Amino acid sequence: MSYYFTILSPTDVPLFNIAFGTSKSGGDGIARFRFPDAAQNTYMTQFIINSSLDMLEEAQWMSGNMYLKHIDTYPPASAYISAFLTPSGTRFVLLHQPPQPNIPASSSTSGAAGSMSMSLSASTTSSSSGGGLFGGGSSGRTSSSSIAANPTAPQTEEAVRQFMSEVYEGYVKTVMSPFYRRGMEIRSPVFRAKVSGAGRKWL
Amino acid sequence: MAHPARHSSMVSMSNSIQTVTPQPEKQLPTPQIQTPSQSTPGLRVPSNRKTIYDRHLNRSRNAELSRASFAFLFGEMVTYAQRRVTGIQDLERRLNEQGYPLGLRLLDLLFYRTISTSSSSTLTSSSTSASPPNRPLRILPLLHLIHGPLWRLLFNRPADALEHSVSPDTPNEYMITDNDPLVNTYISVPKEMNQLNCAAFVAGIIEGVCDGCGFEAKVTAHNQPTEMWPSRTIFLLRFGESVMEREKVLERAGVK
Repeated sequence: MSYYFTILSPTDVPLFNIAFGTSKSGGDGIARFRFPDAAQNTYMTQFIINSSLDMLEEAQWMSGNMYLKHIDTYPPASAYISAFLTPSGTRFVLLHQPPQPNIPASSSTSGAAGSMSMSLSASTTSSSSGGGLFGGGSSGRTSSSSIAANPTAPQTEEAVRQFMSEVYEGYVKTVMSPFYRRGMEIRSPVFRAKVSGAGRKWL
Repeated sequence: MAHPARHSSMVSMSNSIQTVTPQPEKQLPTPQIQTPSQSTPGLRVPSNRKTIYDRHLNRSRNAELSRASFAFLFGEMVTYAQRRVTGIQDLERRLNEQGYPLGLRLLDLLFYRTISTSSSSTLTSSSTSASPPNRPLRILPLLHLIHGPLWRLLFNRPADALEHSVSPDTPNEYMITDNDPLVNTYISVPKEMNQLNCAAFVAGIIEGVCDGCGFEAKVTAHNQPTEMWPSRTIFLLRFGESVMEREKVLERAGVK
């Protein structure tokens, strides 16, 4: 499971970014995103996250919860977006991409052989959205009960919620600092360490 | 350990968003720039190794501030705001601006504290479960939030009254009354400035809370003395057009 976490101000200014991988079930904590073009990894994650902001703003006024759960999916890359909204309108957005049973190089051959494997190409969007869920849950080196296997399961939602709450605590501490003004980038290495610690703990 | 790389990706990010659409061929080189010149910002850790992230936010929860020191500090703030002002309105605007960032912060702190205690559902009167409090979506819950929890956080008691404008021309006006505002306790305003109400500072806090929640509003403080309460103050909240429009939409959608 690979994660990309972003904090966006109410006016869509990115305040904080971090990419990390799962540390659960033998993960090494390094993000390995699979996108059609590997060189554009940083673009794609941010692009997907920003494209989900419309959904977020819609969900914002429908429910008063701070944790808005899973709000958006990007089927071509089987990326899932979860969001958390602080009362002051700052958005915490987490992109997560479940692990792929096959490495991308071999997926083209196995994808032709059987429909079980999830297709990565954007051309087969409609089929891969359903297959992505199925493939993610039934196969892979991680067990089906782990967080990584099923991005929309209640356990995953709970883990993400815990992660978000922990980040929220750090965020409130940042905001309470008299030297922090709204809309400023969060540069503190301590905050960064706190976030990646929360990622190790819950995701 | 991976700090330099992360920092550079963070920096290139802001560039990338701007350049993503116009020149597709320029996208490729940018993320590969790994500028090693990005030094970690100078972090000075206090001698006891405790940064703000190691302190607990609820520790000062029940701590009380000395009223004398607050009165002194607030007096200084008013004096500071009074420098080079053109008039009473200008002075009130400055006090308002001093309160505004405080409101934004208190909002987050208030919710954080309610979550972490989670036993009391004081924020929303409707929710009976111990679930985390809801963000206010409509005007009324927001006003209750200000009238109750916010006032308790600031002054240890709820505000005295909450009213809606009776005039049909101004449905966007709400009033919160404080019979004896703490900020005005030790302030006697000179006669020639009797328009002034230093609770404009508190009005700024309220404005910050409203704005933070996504309710654009203008908040002003007005003197409204009565026989019994000579320093009675009314905070007038004027919500913007967009808020009233959204309010109607949400009402139709049945959002509470």
